[in-house]
Amino acid sequence: MIPEAFDYVRPSTVDDAVRALAAAGDEAKVIAGGQSLVPVLRLRLAAPTVLVDIGRIADLRGVREDGDDLVIGATTTHDEVLHDPLVARYAPLIAEATATVADRQVRHLGTFGGSLAHADPAGDLPAVAVALDARLEIAGPNGMRTVPAADFFLDYLTTALGVDEVLAAVRVPKLPGWGTHYEKFSRVAQAWALVGVAAAIERADGTITGARVALTNMGPTPVRARAVEQALVGAPATAEAIAEAASRAGDGTQPGSDLSASADYRAHLATVLTGRAVSAASGL
Amino acid sequence: MTRISLTVDGVRYDDEVEPRTLLVYHLRERLGKVGTVVGCDTTSCGACTVLMDGRSVKSCSLFAVQADGASITTVEGLAAPDGTLHPVQQAFHDRHALQCGFCTPGMIMEAVDLLNENPDPTDEEIREGLEGNLCRCTGYQNIVRAVRDAADALRAGRRPTAEEEVGVGVPHSAAAEPRVEEVPGEAVPRPMP
Amino acid sequence: MTVTEERPAGEVGSARRRKEDARLITGRTMWTENLSLPGMLHLAILRSPMAHARITRLDVGPALQAPGVVTAFTGRDVADVQGSLVCAWPVTEDIVQPAHPPLAVDEVRHVGEAVAVVIARDRASALDALMNIDVEYDELPPVLDMEAALADDAPLVHADQGTNRAFHWVYDSAQAGAGDDFEQVARDADVVVRRRYVQQRLIPSFMEPRSVLVDPTSDQITVWSTTQIPHILRVILALVTGVPEHKIRVIAPDVGGGFGGKLQVTPEELIAFLAAQRVGKPVKYTETRSDTMIAAHHGRDQIQDIDVAARRDGTVLALRARLLANMGAYLGLVGAGVPILGAYMYNGIYKFRAYRFECTGVFTTTAFTDAYRGAGRPEATFAVERIMDELAAELGMDPIELRRRNWIRHEEFPYTTAAGLTYDSGNYEAATAKAMQLFGYDDLRREQQARRESGDPVQLGIGVSTYTEMCGLAPSRLWGSLRYTAGGWETATVRMLPTGRVEVVTGTSPHGQSHETAWSQIVADQLGVPFEDVEVLHGDTRSSPRGLDTYGSRSLAVGGTALVQACQKVIDKARPIAAHLLEADPGDLEFSGGAFRVRGTPEGEAGKTLAECALAVFAAHNLPPGVEPVIDADATYDPANFSFPHGTHLCAVDVDTETGRVAIRRYVAVDDVGRVVNPLIVEGQVHGGVAQGVAQALFEEAVYDADGNLVTGSFADYTLPSSADLPDFITDRTETPALEHPLGTKGVGEAGTIASTPAVVNAVVDALRPYGVTDVRMPCTPERVWQAVSTASRKGGQP
Repeated sequence: MIPEAFDYVRPSTVDDAVRALAAAGDEAKVIAGGQSLVPVLRLRLAAPTVLVDIGRIADLRGVREDGDDLVIGATTTHDEVLHDPLVARYAPLIAEATATVADRQVRHLGTFGGSLAHADPAGDLPAVAVALDARLEIAGPNGMRTVPAADFFLDYLTTALGVDEVLAAVRVPKLPGWGTHYEKFSRVAQAWALVGVAAAIERADGTITGARVALTNMGPTPVRARAVEQALVGAPATAEAIAEAASRAGDGTQPGSDLSASADYRAHLATVLTGRAVSAASGL
Repeated sequence: MTRISLTVDGVRYDDEVEPRTLLVYHLRERLGKVGTVVGCDTTSCGACTVLMDGRSVKSCSLFAVQADGASITTVEGLAAPDGTLHPVQQAFHDRHALQCGFCTPGMIMEAVDLLNENPDPTDEEIREGLEGNLCRCTGYQNIVRAVRDAADALRAGRRPTAEEEVGVGVPHSAAAEPRVEEVPGEAVPRPMP
Repeated sequence: MTVTEERPAGEVGSARRRKEDARLITGRTMWTENLSLPGMLHLAILRSPMAHARITRLDVGPALQAPGVVTAFTGRDVADVQGSLVCAWPVTEDIVQPAHPPLAVDEVRHVGEAVAVVIARDRASALDALMNIDVEYDELPPVLDMEAALADDAPLVHADQGTNRAFHWVYDSAQAGAGDDFEQVARDADVVVRRRYVQQRLIPSFMEPRSVLVDPTSDQITVWSTTQIPHILRVILALVTGVPEHKIRVIAPDVGGGFGGKLQVTPEELIAFLAAQRVGKPVKYTETRSDTMIAAHHGRDQIQDIDVAARRDGTVLALRARLLANMGAYLGLVGAGVPILGAYMYNGIYKFRAYRFECTGVFTTTAFTDAYRGAGRPEATFAVERIMDELAAELGMDPIELRRRNWIRHEEFPYTTAAGLTYDSGNYEAATAKAMQLFGYDDLRREQQARRESGDPVQLGIGVSTYTEMCGLAPSRLWGSLRYTAGGWETATVRMLPTGRVEVVTGTSPHGQSHETAWSQIVADQLGVPFEDVEVLHGDTRSSPRGLDTYGSRSLAVGGTALVQACQKVIDKARPIAAHLLEADPGDLEFSGGAFRVRGTPEGEAGKTLAECALAVFAAHNLPPGVEPVIDADATYDPANFSFPHGTHLCAVDVDTETGRVAIRRYVAVDDVGRVVNPLIVEGQVHGGVAQGVAQALFEEAVYDADGNLVTGSFADYTLPSSADLPDFITDRTETPALEHPLGTKGVGEAGTIASTPAVVNAVVDALRPYGVTDVRMPCTPERVWQAVSTASRKGGQP
């Protein structure tokens, strides 16, 4: 189908983008890669009157180091993230999860920031951002502000982004020496995750010294599996200890029931997949 | 209406388009490039896959305005000017990798993209690389064989240059909309999604 | 199978690369949606968002004011002229046939039913204007569950019909004189196994969305459509619209897959026809995929209650199948006949003494169902192949051993089954032996045992399916006895052009089946002309005026036979001309390698080629007296029997009992499709067929929610498998020629789909049988498999 008509603006600076959004009010939508937005527009499930294309703002694209952080521009494509040496070195969890996003064509256009701003609970990258305690840099009429990932995702398809704000970059702490794994479970290769688990594990000798685990699609927003993390830290890196910790993956989650899976099944999958993700991240 | 410029299969086209025009409809209905087809409305089937500045995209999932300035290669621009098939096209024929042929334009373009990035993929890498392209006829097995064969042929033969791969500068007889002269060597900014 | 190793003497049997590919791999294709005519207008359809409702207000006035709009109309506006879609297979005398107006008039009966149209100068304007149509509905209760629909107080889909029961159809081997009475035989059996199987609703999912373009501006109204059945469409358009048949031309240009999904005369075709007549200009309608999902016909959707009675030694005695078949809201073109086609296949390859089949067709407020690859036969094969595994488990026998004890032995052919069909040939022993060897059956059984004993969380399952099917639809007389309104013959014309090239016209209508290639191979051998010199014409009622089109694995078995017969007639007609030119007696001539020679003349000696005969009749200067100056010929073939492909498929699956994920580890298909014209094409058909059958087993299901909304309404929700979700299939063949047809071919289009679904599900259940699992409903999603394991485990089952 063909979307409803809209006006199109393509600002070349972040300031211009913010101004364009402010001028349009809540009738505007930001488009970058468009891989989530275009299908919605085609099915006429949304009909913004203005599209603000931030895809050509040079400042929003690319990956750089900044001290202990990695800064990923919001419009850096999945494909670029996937092939970026800094990401591979300091945030392999992001690359692992990105490799599971949709398909090659979508990864060529779709952007890292777009996946976060879209905030689909079945999206893979929000859980990764939450697991890594990423901080999201947001440009608005009053300049930049920073929001921790945990506070960014408010509800199903809802974030802390205001209507006149643009997600500019994502700041991710480097985790040198940590093992990581993203475990995704979907019906068919191209489909959204029924459940996904992002895990980063730090080990010293045989003991787990750090654990960051977050879950995809176990509620309206990505959730941090705190009970699992607490059980892991200080535990020996053994299959038994990990299984015991993983059994708490469902604690505090609110998985939904839908066409793809029931809540019970999701809760069960979360424990199995958490065990597998943590084991892989622990090098077991 | 927004003015855009596209180079499609080596020919540059300048047009006024409605912003809501999806790239695939611009290609099909304005430029007459009906070799690229539409199979779904959810970015699922990949039948509309083309190369944009050398990388595969689903042309039903971006607006023509977003592609402004880009160089597009469709299945119609893949064969050499003398009609010699691209190795991927040849392999699809040789391996019976198509039946009804509706998914084929997208499947071939995605295979070209995959082999550009990974010239020697395993079967598993081929299967995963084509996950964004649905085929209902073949069960994919002969497609995998064809891509493997094409990989062998491409590695054995001369690697086409990047410019050839995206079809830039290849003379083409397509005559649809007002045509302007190509400016050789001018850097075309890569449109950012 | 390495197809390139086969080196037959002629074209038939050789792995020719396809003629069709040249245009398809370069994008020079003629899809209906590619067509554009001067002055062409675009049609958009407003569809019902309600499963069941009365239309209380419908006003297209505001849409008429929208930019670019030429006209708009509703079902009520055309109620007197739009007619009704046709059920061509009223399976019983008292079948309930509700009117099926292309545009709903007062009431809508499924989500997606067309209620109004807008015709505009461009597609976007037509779609925009749809949003201006003022429509209100008064909701009526949806009818979704088949059993509930048959209850006395159930809300009715068609209130005027007084019932949701469309028909009740019975076959009984005792009444038919083909066997004993089920009840009697079952009473004396040692074991009766009873199971209920659910054939989930599927969406055919051809890759090319449907499209139709109608040009009313020429002398004949021309209809381009993405159809499998241009000839049938023409007849029905004439019958429904009242436009004389000779004033309608139907063209099926390149058609992007069908799988039965385009074996339909659609509301959209009739709406576009009507619209074009009203505006007097070409009108095109191309649906979106979302339209396809909700509005094009669906397939399967049956509930099967199956009983098999057997002796303790494994001898099967009697079989009963009682079906509920979901018709959806209306009767499709052949939808009512789909389960009836299956009725003849429930007994499979086995020697039952008694067989009874009952089917009740049920109306529900869902999209109407109709043919989908296999059409009735996959459902039947699934039921018998699944319950044979259950019986084997009950008796503690190997499932292959149970089959071996009961199948028709090679030396017993021809064999008349309890369903009353006479199977002409088959060799189940050979196919099964070959499949088991390729599969490594004994090794895999050993590995399975080891994994069971070690309590491996990933269990191995092995599934078998020894199927047969009836192909080559169909003997017209038998079609008639089943109350199908058309025949089953097929036709071919061979035209010898003056320059020696050959034009072949076929009444079949390919949409991916490679007829241009296969038909060329047959003609090349028959007439001794080069493969490249043959052009195959199809899919246009002007060039191909007669035909019954392509479905039911019929084209080669029936249409190919007609082609052979037409070629023979060409030779017969050319013979007296060649004799005249050679100054010989026609009876002394033999024909080989494309030329006539006096018998006994050495090869290479001067003869008269067919090309020379063609030139001679073109000039007509020197023909024998009284001989008509033409050697073109046509032939129409009406088969006396079906053909019966068969084979053995074996599937091994790894089942992750923790997540429920099923992964196919090894799949072997040994098919016997009779003589093979092109092994490359046959292998491709098997691959694709198996993939679709695997998809039914593991991935696909059309799901309606409690309100009657299709929740799998896009490719994002209806999980078609991609390349990453399917394995390689190991394929091989045995070759037992069909005796009925001179080519010896049987048909291959549906074999893979029919065989594979039960093989996969049998494997899944086999993996889980130690837990006490006896069935997993299709599709065997990870969740369903996990549920089956957890439920069984709670009852004490364990590996």
